[in-house]
Amino acid sequence: MNEIINKLSFYMEHSFVRYALIVGVLIALCSSLLGVTLVLKRFSFIGDGLSHTAFGAMAVASVLNLTNDMLFVLPATVICAVLLLRTGNNTKIKGDAAIAMISVGSLAIGYLLMNLFSTSANLSGDVCSTLFGSASILTLTKAEVWLCIILSIIVVLAFLFFYNKIFAVTFDENFAKASGTKAGLYNLLIAIIIAVIIVLAMNLVGSLLISALIIFPALSAMRIFRSFKSVTICSALLSVSCALLGILISIIYSTPVGSTIVAVDIGAFALFSVIGIIVQKTGN
Amino acid sequence: MPQLECRNLSLGYDSKVIVSNLNFSINKGDYLCIVGENGSGKTTLMKTLLNLHSPISGNIITGDGLKSNEIGYLPQQTIVQKDFPASVKEIVLSGCQGRCGLRPFYKREEKNIARENMKRMGIDNLSSRCYRELSGGQQQRVLLARALCATRKLLLLDEPVSGLDPKATSEMYDIIEELNSQDKITIIMISHDISAAVKYASHILHIGDEIFFGTKKDYLKSNPGGQFTSNERRNEK
Repeated sequence: MNEIINKLSFYMEHSFVRYALIVGVLIALCSSLLGVTLVLKRFSFIGDGLSHTAFGAMAVASVLNLTNDMLFVLPATVICAVLLLRTGNNTKIKGDAAIAMISVGSLAIGYLLMNLFSTSANLSGDVCSTLFGSASILTLTKAEVWLCIILSIIVVLAFLFFYNKIFAVTFDENFAKASGTKAGLYNLLIAIIIAVIIVLAMNLVGSLLISALIIFPALSAMRIFRSFKSVTICSALLSVSCALLGILISIIYSTPVGSTIVAVDIGAFALFSVIGIIVQKTGN
Repeated sequence: MPQLECRNLSLGYDSKVIVSNLNFSINKGDYLCIVGENGSGKTTLMKTLLNLHSPISGNIITGDGLKSNEIGYLPQQTIVQKDFPASVKEIVLSGCQGRCGLRPFYKREEKNIARENMKRMGIDNLSSRCYRELSGGQQQRVLLARALCATRKLLLLDEPVSGLDPKATSEMYDIIEELNSQDKITIIMISHDISAAVKYASHILHIGDEIFFGTKKDYLKSNPGGQFTSNERRNEK
């Protein structure tokens, strides 16, 4: 035990570890907040779809030799998110099919572009780190950390400010619209926020594992809690603690950060499911 | 002046007309039942009245102090709601959302309105229970309480008794009847249940190949009314 604590305090002296912890916790918090809404709206896979879009956009950006690819990736992802979550689901191609299409399509195009125009010597390494996040969270610059902090604050404030409206729109969009709530506007807001979170989270867990950050805390919380407020609060707390634990474990045992966090999330889900079953049995 | 009036209304999706030349008006305190076969455009009409769809042509005019967003709506249950983790209180309170505008939180006054409506529906003892664990009849009361938070003037009910057992069905009809007669709330109800429509409604709108609008008495004498009710009788035998 002492050895572990020594090792941790040794790592804590490095700024890149502290950065990773700050960014990891913030992203976990943001993604879990909207996770509840997305799971309930049957958009669990939007994280996956949008992160692949971001991957494709990143490939385009690197082909175009843009110095700051964030400026291209973020708007492209936002546009896709808006298209996917467009109000009413009255589109010709339905939700899940649309997500699958965009997801696979941008993954393929992104990889194709990277392959055709790549300047880097280690192509498969590049692709792998974009998909799985591998070490990029440990190479964050100070500017990136600040960007992440500011965007997270905006996301959390927007969520708190629009909490009741997000609830109304998620529970019953038609009723909300009929009684004078601008449901389309709030759907747009949710889409933009989720796109921002995903672009941020790509550094942490990579594009393949973002869905896990979004859906696992929400699903775990729903095993036990019975009201929207308690589910949201629980999922935020759970997500933050899982991210913290995951990053610490990955530092101590030098495992890949992204997949360790997701593994911890899966563990928490199993634990919550068992507790949920026990609570229900004893309740009846 | 009628609360709600439809003039030469044509309804449909993607410019495909389902119903055309619809004319009817509803006065305060009326109880209108909309009947017709599946696919005849009942739900489309309801969505148009709620401003969720725009009509292909014609006008919907609100009057008598009714604004177009002051229509309370009891929708049919969606799949999303089946496993939605939300307490009864949260759902009923969300009926007040339309009054909030940009204000992020509910006022004390709105919380009181929600509490009163829960009492009115007899579900105040369930306020912290989870919606998905309630029975079908209780769930409908929750949604009705929510609709009452949005308005005290006009309620639109989309097949309010579908999926309910006979006891819950008759309780639901009693509640609606009470809201209409005691609280003077105008009711527009879509229903498959023609016998209940004839029993409770003051006016009937039949849509389909032949459109009929008028009082219940006239409806029973009319062509579509006669057909519909004789079908019912045949089914009962």
